[in-house]
Amino acid sequence: MKRNWISYPYIIWMIIFIVVPLLLVVFYSVIVVTEDGLTFTLEFYKRFMQPVYIKVLIRSIVLALISTFICLLIGYPVALILAGKGVSRKNTLILLFVIPMWMNFLLRTYAWLTLLEKNGLINTMLSWFGIKPLNLLYTSEAVVLGMVYNFLPFMVLPIYSVLSKIDKSVIEAAEDLGANSYKVFTKIIFPLSLPGVMSGITMVFMPAVTTFVISRLLGGGQFTLIGNLIDRQFTTVGDWNFGSALSVVMMILILISMAIMTRYDKDREGSALL
Amino acid sequence: MRNLVKIVLAIVLFSILIGTFAGCKGGNGSKDDLNANQSGNKNESKKKVVLNVYNWGDYIEETVIDGFEKKYGIKVNYEMFTTNEDMYVKIKSGAGNYDVAIPSDYMIKRMISENLLNKINFNNIPNYKYIEERFKNLAFDPNNEYSVPYMWGTVGILYNTTMVDEPVDSWNILWNKKYEKQIFMLDSQRDSLGVALKKLGYSMNTRSVEELEEAKKALLEQKPLVLAYVVDEVKDKMIAGEGALAVVWSGDAFYCISENPDLAYAIPKEGSNLWFDSMVIPVTSGHQEEAELFINYMCEPEVAFKNADYIGYATPHSEAKKMLDPEVVNDRAFYPLEEDLGNFEIFEYDAEAMKDYDRIWTEVTSE
Repeated sequence: MKRNWISYPYIIWMIIFIVVPLLLVVFYSVIVVTEDGLTFTLEFYKRFMQPVYIKVLIRSIVLALISTFICLLIGYPVALILAGKGVSRKNTLILLFVIPMWMNFLLRTYAWLTLLEKNGLINTMLSWFGIKPLNLLYTSEAVVLGMVYNFLPFMVLPIYSVLSKIDKSVIEAAEDLGANSYKVFTKIIFPLSLPGVMSGITMVFMPAVTTFVISRLLGGGQFTLIGNLIDRQFTTVGDWNFGSALSVVMMILILISMAIMTRYDKDREGSALL
Repeated sequence: MRNLVKIVLAIVLFSILIGTFAGCKGGNGSKDDLNANQSGNKNESKKKVVLNVYNWGDYIEETVIDGFEKKYGIKVNYEMFTTNEDMYVKIKSGAGNYDVAIPSDYMIKRMISENLLNKINFNNIPNYKYIEERFKNLAFDPNNEYSVPYMWGTVGILYNTTMVDEPVDSWNILWNKKYEKQIFMLDSQRDSLGVALKKLGYSMNTRSVEELEEAKKALLEQKPLVLAYVVDEVKDKMIAGEGALAVVWSGDAFYCISENPDLAYAIPKEGSNLWFDSMVIPVTSGHQEEAELFINYMCEPEVAFKNADYIGYATPHSEAKKMLDPEVVNDRAFYPLEEDLGNFEIFEYDAEAMKDYDRIWTEVTSE
């Protein structure tokens, strides 16, 4: 356990701004201030066990899983194309992929508000083809769309970086031994890219399961997710104890999903931690 | 070395915990300290004083501040908040040292009960005489010791006259199947549950769980008709003609109508929420006299008129009202008479009841 003295400022920083706040959250979730001092209670966790709140939790997980899956479905081919040798101006393409991320994601989500609305761009274009305006905004599909749109780069980039590191000679060897391109993909490329896939899944799932802005703006407040619930406890209700308990549940959930991911990823690079 | 880390951790943790609890309970003690500071500062108050004013965003006519600075030679540091709760947290934690703040009714009551506000010396506010009698001694400040009303208004229905042809005078229209997916509700538990409670003939401040359950049933029944539960977006959406009916605050309605003349505003006969934003002096203020000077200045007829004209909410100031466009002032939707407000209620704050409201609202929005 020999540490360099130079690490101490960082350790102190982490203690003050990460460890202590975390402990405070845990503390608030189990302790209430009563007239005769502090009392330990599990009341807030018990309250969370009510069907309403469990329903919210399940919805959050389901929507996040759907978004993660769609991101994977769309993102993997994109990463494959970007990493492929046939692509000229690769850097430009990657840059185009990254540029939207420089803008605040709130602004990008607001943009969808005007694109999807009844008199919005998409419905106007549909009307040129004689299609009646659709109710696109304020649906659960709109929430998933918002998540996929915002978090897709987090899926593409890790997969791309793993794919582009694969040793070309491995693929050539497989081809020399008579594997067709389907076999090369299923037996060589895909298994080798799994660490990237795993870290992509974690990086999409985590923000998707905790988001509260996307569900509020694109869901029109009709699809309460656990993030909205936590937000409300601190802003309108003022119930810090219940909010903290919800946050702890959320953190445990994320820890579990990360544990599952790293288990699959055991003997490969530890990129899933990102 | 590991011991050192442990010790540092223990000290830091301990001091932060102590700090947090001192912050929670320190309301009473710190008030006296601050008052003591204040009298000590009095002699120096002739020196350059900076007055920290804390108000809602876009809620003042900005030249008014310059006018105050010029008139009294006191610099104003003007800051804005977006929700009562943001403001509350900041004042409670002691950050900012605000001298004047403009929160809403229920929040003022909460702040009074937690000793976060100083009493105002009304001898220093001669312009208080312009405030209409009916806006004095309001429920959240029954003896009129802590607050001076700034703006007031109602919650009602904003509707698009090209889509709604029947008269709008009742909350029941929001349950009319004809307007399926054309209705905007407020994403605010007090307001939306309040609408349902009023429709059922109950109080908006009910603490009865049975009545809340009934309100929940009504809202769930309404939910298939609702396009979305929104807050600020409602303005853009209604102006763009995205919905036929929306529950809004009267000031927002005023703004929307000025942008889109097809819109109109009505207050339902079952009654609704009546709200006030009032000027108060937080205990963190070190400049009580200057703060009172500022409040008095805001009540000068000319200044109150400028603000009311710019913001568009109803002013409680009798002289300012006379100067405003008569067409606005005589519109009973925006300046309801006392007799129109029979069933109207001001929100009350009750921490325990809020938990029931939140649970019920979660059940509505997560169905």
